[in-house]
Amino acid sequence: MGYLDGFRITLKQMWGDRVTNVYPDDKRPKPDRFHGRHVLNRYEDGMEKCIGCELCAGVCPARCIYVRGADNPPDEPVSPGERYGFVYEINYLRCIHCDLCVEACPTEAITESKLFEFSFTDRQDAIYTKAELVVGDDGHPQKLPWEDWRPGDEQHTSAWVRATAPSGSAAYEGRIGWSGELGFGVRAAEKGQTAESDRASTPEPAPKRGRR
Amino acid sequence: MGDPLYADGINAAVLLIVAAKVLIVFAFLMVSVLFMVWFERKVISDMQSRIGPDRAGPWGLLQTLADGIKLFFKEDLLPDRADRKIFHLAPYLSIVPAFAAFAVVPFGGTISVFGHRTHLQLADPPIGVLFLLAMSSIAVYGVMLAGWASGSKYPLLGSVRASAQMVSYEAAMSLAVAAAVLAAGSLSTRDIVIAQEGYRWNLWVLGVVPFVIYLIAATAETNRPPFDLVEAEQELVGGFHTEYSSISFALFFLAEFMNTVTVSAVAVTLFLGGPNGPRIGFLPDLWPVVWFLGKLLAFLFVYVWFRATLPRFRYDQLMDLGWKKLIPLALYWLLLIAALRVGRDQGWNAGVVLAAGVAVGAVAWAALGAALRQGETVQASVGEAAT
Repeated sequence: MGYLDGFRITLKQMWGDRVTNVYPDDKRPKPDRFHGRHVLNRYEDGMEKCIGCELCAGVCPARCIYVRGADNPPDEPVSPGERYGFVYEINYLRCIHCDLCVEACPTEAITESKLFEFSFTDRQDAIYTKAELVVGDDGHPQKLPWEDWRPGDEQHTSAWVRATAPSGSAAYEGRIGWSGELGFGVRAAEKGQTAESDRASTPEPAPKRGRR
Repeated sequence: MGDPLYADGINAAVLLIVAAKVLIVFAFLMVSVLFMVWFERKVISDMQSRIGPDRAGPWGLLQTLADGIKLFFKEDLLPDRADRKIFHLAPYLSIVPAFAAFAVVPFGGTISVFGHRTHLQLADPPIGVLFLLAMSSIAVYGVMLAGWASGSKYPLLGSVRASAQMVSYEAAMSLAVAAAVLAAGSLSTRDIVIAQEGYRWNLWVLGVVPFVIYLIAATAETNRPPFDLVEAEQELVGGFHTEYSSISFALFFLAEFMNTVTVSAVAVTLFLGGPNGPRIGFLPDLWPVVWFLGKLLAFLFVYVWFRATLPRFRYDQLMDLGWKKLIPLALYWLLLIAALRVGRDQGWNAGVVLAAGVAVGAVAWAALGAALRQGETVQASVGEAAT
């Protein structure tokens, strides 16, 4: 009775699991290297990492970053070194979250968090300025009132992206590839990184994810 | 026979009771539509491993109400080429029969209100079943005129399909209903229910065939899946109500679901014994209503189950099923039942009558098959000649 089998299957589904994710209430966990809203990091002493070199603006394929550097005021320097990012703006109506700005940054000043759900009522609101992008005094991204942060969204903002940079290659194994960071300190080197040649034989152990 | 309410003449109290019954039936139908839309969405999402509406009210119960309110506040658009009068008339032609058909459905026993005995049934005319068939035929006009008056091609195609489909399945449905009428010997719906007392439900008294034919034909009559070619979204946008918006669309939507409820109620009346059920001493007037609603709910569930399981028919499959299978089968079964009844009344041997009936059926089936094959051959040769 092939005709009636279908009825049995649909009836059985009534007691099965639901695949629906109750989205705004309950979000799926994001991958570790998710590309979301940017943050501008600071050193452990509170100094900004950005030196206003504009490499991020230069590499950006969507041309969404606008940076202007300025000389550090001698009595009250914003960043260690000669110059600092005087203006830093990202237009999130243009940003494609390709992460090239993160790759280009020589000081790991700009990294990406996992917050990706933007909602604006105005074109001006879509442009994040330096005041909104710079991390707070605890080293974590500012949780702006219109943003919907979930636990874990601000984790691994910089550590994981660095694994794709030169300092993440096998030649750097065991060496600390990034500088001390406000709120996170000096991170331990990533384990289990292998050279490109022997990656096929010994696959990298997949990081454990919090799956429900 | 008839409602004992009118036995002592008609006075103000009787009129009031009738008005109250009208109100109750109207309210019940409106609420049942609200419930049915929610029920269908919930059950079908369960069957598809989804959650379904759960935002408005507890378990999303008020979702339909919210949708209805939204629809009522929308702009009522009138297409440029529409026939204005008929365009506005069509939704009402659709909804009035849907309401009216429920009037003859008995949904409970006989109760006493202020010293008056009355059936829990809006009206019990001696031609109740004919009234039902008439209403389901008139409902076609709403669909047909809506498609015609829209002045647009997809609604027209949808309404042509609808009319053809409804007329085709009307015949099979009438024959299945006629079997139930034959069993009770009366056209009154209450008599049919009384004839089924003591679990002599028509479902098995008549053999399951008329019930199954009614089930299929009723699904086609109400344009529900798998026979929803009328509004096949992939082919006809929205079908006959493509051009309708706002309240007019809401009325069509209401009529569609109300038809589903009504057709299920009729099936419960004709085949499942209506409000009959185990008698319980506690609150004796209430239980028949509970049995009726329970059977109705089970029937509605089957409809939703159909929708979740069966893919839509192709148009020629629909017509083949209606004309070449259901109508001959319904006709044969009606004649067989009639023969058995005549045999019983005349005191003939039931076995002989049955054997003769089966033999005639086999001959008829073979003849029908031969005729259909012949028809296909002719059609093929005509097609070859044309090319």
